[in-house]
Amino acid sequence: MNPDPARLRDLAISDSGFVFDPFTGYTFTVNATGLAILQALKEGLSLDLIVRRLQDSFELEGDEDLARDVDEFCVRLRDQKLAR
Amino acid sequence: MKPITAAVGITGMNATDNPAPGVAVARSLRHEPTFAGKLIGLGYSALDPGFYAEGLLDAASVLPFPSAGKDALLQHLRTVQETFGLDVLVPNLDSELRAILGFERELNELGIRTFLPSMEALERSSKAQLPKLAANPKIRVPDSDAFVTADAIPKLGQRLGFPLVIKGVYYGGDIVHTEADAVFAFHKYVATWGLPVIAQRYIAGEEYNVAAVGDGHGNTVGAVAMRKMALTDKGKGWSGVTVDNPELLTLAEEVIRELRWRGPLEVEVLREHDTGVLEVIEINPRFPAWIYLAAGAGQNLPYYVVCLALGLPIPKPAPRYRVGTLFVRISLDQISQLETYGQLSATGNISYEKKVQP
Repeated sequence: MNPDPARLRDLAISDSGFVFDPFTGYTFTVNATGLAILQALKEGLSLDLIVRRLQDSFELEGDEDLARDVDEFCVRLRDQKLAR
Repeated sequence: MKPITAAVGITGMNATDNPAPGVAVARSLRHEPTFAGKLIGLGYSALDPGFYAEGLLDAASVLPFPSAGKDALLQHLRTVQETFGLDVLVPNLDSELRAILGFERELNELGIRTFLPSMEALERSSKAQLPKLAANPKIRVPDSDAFVTADAIPKLGQRLGFPLVIKGVYYGGDIVHTEADAVFAFHKYVATWGLPVIAQRYIAGEEYNVAAVGDGHGNTVGAVAMRKMALTDKGKGWSGVTVDNPELLTLAEEVIRELRWRGPLEVEVLREHDTGVLEVIEINPRFPAWIYLAAGAGQNLPYYVVCLALGLPIPKPAPRYRVGTLFVRISLDQISQLETYGQLSATGNISYEKKVQP
């Protein structure tokens, strides 16, 4: 799964997690975790660095599979044509 | 720039859940600080909702139906000019364009300016002629055919496949899944708009719309792209948002270049789900009903058309429109007095006495 950096950079993202894609006109909302992943992807961070940032930013219970969660999030981005 | 004080006649004052563009065009002109002219609403019924929009129009007139012939329409426009003044005419309905183009010279002699396409360009943009535009390799158009008898449907179904889109010659389109549904849609559109009816290959994809103005020499004066966000049960946009998609604007510019289009138009485009390819599914030879979004986003296309009709300068290039500008339509009850309806019903004309808000 390869996020499209140019398309991600163009996204208008509000602090509340509302996202507008100016290319397609689509809008969607993300929760706090999704927001953190989107911002990390916009910065061009690798999967490992995104997982590390999530570990640092959120209280975890220990049994999460963060790499899988990020991967699933990218699948959702593909649905929005924001990843290939 | 000096304020424009011209009297502008605007047709298409019907504004139901399938609205004509007239109210949106009038609102766009009122939106422009340098427009200080008069707005004359022109409709086909004394109950056209635009006639009752508080503070929108200076006067209104009920036109004869197109079936009365173009001479009756021209004569009525002369009367409107004598009664209220009429310097510019902005027609907004597909069904009246041919008649108006037929007496454009007479209008000009009366001092009534227009900014409209040539008859040739209008014919080339029609649903029946649309596939020929694909001779330009930069313009993709779904395969389609105009037909005049329901007997043609089985062969069309074989060639274009089901589902199929059946369209009226001026307005409307149904997605049909069987021959029986296609026959039903055929008769519906014959009864409403006459012949021919158009069968178009169905494409699965997202629809985008571009409202634009051409200068008649192949150049685009301005263009605004939008995606509909909510539709009515008739498939009409109830809300939409401006988008930043250069491919869409380039495609609309190519259509304008190819047709050497003069005046307003709307290009309806489908972006195929699987390939992302853009296909022109329809060209409407007038502003769309959502055109006030263009003014709201910073590119007042109706105002540019009035300026061009009057031979006045317009900003070149047109200002960039704000991406992410949204429109959401609303249904509301307008309160009026019976006298207004009575005056329009009895005489066909009304001058609004109350001051028009800027």
